Amino acid sequence: MTSVPTPLSAEPAAVRLHKPLSLLEQQKRWGWLFLSPWLIGFFVFTLIPIVASLIFSFTDFYLTRPEQVKFVGLNNWAKLFADPLTLNSLRVTFGFALLSLPVAIALPVLLAALLNSKYLIGKPFFRLLFYLPYIVPAISSIFIWQAFLNGQTGWLNRLLRLIGIADPPNWLGHEFWIGPAMVLMGVWGVGNAMLITLATLQGVPQELYDAAKVDGAGAVTAFFKITLPMISPVIFYNLILSVIGLLQYFVVPYVLTRGTGNPNGAAYFFNMHLYRTAFLFQDMGYGATMAWFIFLIAIVLTIILFATSRRWVYYAGGE
Amino acid sequence: MAAISQPRPHPSVILSPYFVRQLRKFTATSLVTLFGSMLAFIYLLPFGNMMTIALRDQESLAGGPDSPILPMKQLFYEYNDGQRVQRLEVFNVPIDGEVRQLAALIKRRTSVVFIDPNDPTAEPIVWEGNWRALQPAYVFQARWENFPEAWQMIDFPLLFRNTFVIAFLGMIGTLLSSISVAYAFARFPIPGKNWLFIVLIGTIILPGQVTLIPTYAFFSSIGWTGTWLPLIVPHFFANAYNVFLLRQFFMTLPRELDEAAMIDGASPLQILLYVIVPQSWAAIVSVGLFHFVWAWNDYFGPLIYLLGKPELQPISVGVQIFNFRYGPRPELVQATSLMAMLLPILLFILAQRFFMRGVVITGVEK
Repeated sequence: MTSVPTPLSAEPAAVRLHKPLSLLEQQKRWGWLFLSPWLIGFFVFTLIPIVASLIFSFTDFYLTRPEQVKFVGLNNWAKLFADPLTLNSLRVTFGFALLSLPVAIALPVLLAALLNSKYLIGKPFFRLLFYLPYIVPAISSIFIWQAFLNGQTGWLNRLLRLIGIADPPNWLGHEFWIGPAMVLMGVWGVGNAMLITLATLQGVPQELYDAAKVDGAGAVTAFFKITLPMISPVIFYNLILSVIGLLQYFVVPYVLTRGTGNPNGAAYFFNMHLYRTAFLFQDMGYGATMAWFIFLIAIVLTIILFATSRRWVYYAGGE
Repeated sequence: MAAISQPRPHPSVILSPYFVRQLRKFTATSLVTLFGSMLAFIYLLPFGNMMTIALRDQESLAGGPDSPILPMKQLFYEYNDGQRVQRLEVFNVPIDGEVRQLAALIKRRTSVVFIDPNDPTAEPIVWEGNWRALQPAYVFQARWENFPEAWQMIDFPLLFRNTFVIAFLGMIGTLLSSISVAYAFARFPIPGKNWLFIVLIGTIILPGQVTLIPTYAFFSSIGWTGTWLPLIVPHFFANAYNVFLLRQFFMTLPRELDEAAMIDGASPLQILLYVIVPQSWAAIVSVGLFHFVWAWNDYFGPLIYLLGKPELQPISVGVQIFNFRYGPRPELVQATSLMAMLLPILLFILAQRFFMRGVVITGVEK
């Protein structure tokens, strides 16, 4: 395609009065024109704000008095590592991530394997059902789960009492249980990952399973030696998106705890601290520092994940 | 799972291999489907909890953990003994091997005097035993009025209109810009295109916080905070997911049609409008639906940009504020939660295949 216009540009220039643009040049111009919405948006809403965020992090900047922006050097960064609320919110965020990642990674695979099983009757129904909660607005699902997890009247604890657990946990009122409670709520959010995994599972060539069967491999061996490696790219993709999503976890703990992060700060996530700092207290300089800090963490984690992915992610296409 | 014993044919019945195979298949099907149904049941439980609370009245909710799960009302009987009218509790009373619903006139620890509500003039029935051991009688009674009440209190039509306008205008924006950018990536020889595409995809894993504060400060400085503009205008500058989905789709379209149109003198814009777009409705509808549902569900954007502007707020923020205020009325909280999710769920069920195909295109190709 790109080689086609070359003979045109090789024509003697003297033939034409106004040298028209070659086809390639014309195509390039149209290309840039069609690309321009994203290019402009990328600069205005992504690149410049990232740089501005970094600059803000070295200033004392309150939106209520923007004329008094002061350069304060590394003060905000020093404050970041001395602020007990920040450190606690980081601990909460990472603790929750460790608790929630196994579910976020394994559950979609389990559900997709179930939906892919030739023994399941009523696949379209189950697929719809497992995906549906993903479409429910976060606000609705938080209030629905809040009622469901209610220590006294919620169905979960009524059910637990019914099967003989006399004193089921007070899910939302106890600092130890609110994390697991939010992991349970996350179960409603795996629809997307499940569907992508399912589509990948359906693309695994049947010959691989046939060959394994001939070699005497059972269903379990086939799952670990064929299925998992073949869907590892999609697991990796889910892992990256889950990690980034967990670093930004905000709406669930914010609404569930009415912005307090209680009981006892156990649901006071990093992003809630950022929100309070930047928007409630209008301390934009320190807020930007926190934002850049989490950005650095995201970069480091992404690099680590990509580096380790060479060991366990298998690209059949040999990318 | 491995421990589950396979049903073995009785030795006296010599079974053909065909029958054994069928039996094994039947067992596997039952077990897998049963397992799926159990998971589905667990998935649906919170919905059930929501529905039953949304239909109960305050009186029954005040009953706490021992109150009935379903929307029930305790039965009372208005008894007129000739002098005054008494409101008597009705109990399920086991008498002579059957359970009768009787109204308790006198409650004692050793005996209870009952009136039969069906025959109040008959001789009162004396039942030996402690009245506290008896179960109060309930009837099913759903309070549908919770929905209109919540609808009124929250001013649902206003929230609905706000959300709809924000979601719809943003959808137009993201469609126009994402189609254009996807077309650029799919068809044009832009220098450094592969790198630009990697940068675009890279923005998917960019944590939103890092751009948040300067963006907010920018919108604030041009006076856009407290308006819908920050929730709509950025969508006119394309979005990585949508561009990716559309580009993947455009790449599958045969180039011969473009080239034929080009030879006929069509400009690239005409090719996009008359050749590419008409072939891509499925992908375009997917993107539009995704954006609409995303904007409908978005909470953080409206939370920060529409602070203190209740007349502009969308459903997500409106429902949250309402529910914080009316937390002690769980039936209204659950009713509003149901109302807020109705439209996205309906859209999804009606347009399921567009959603599913869209997810598959964005996910699998990476």
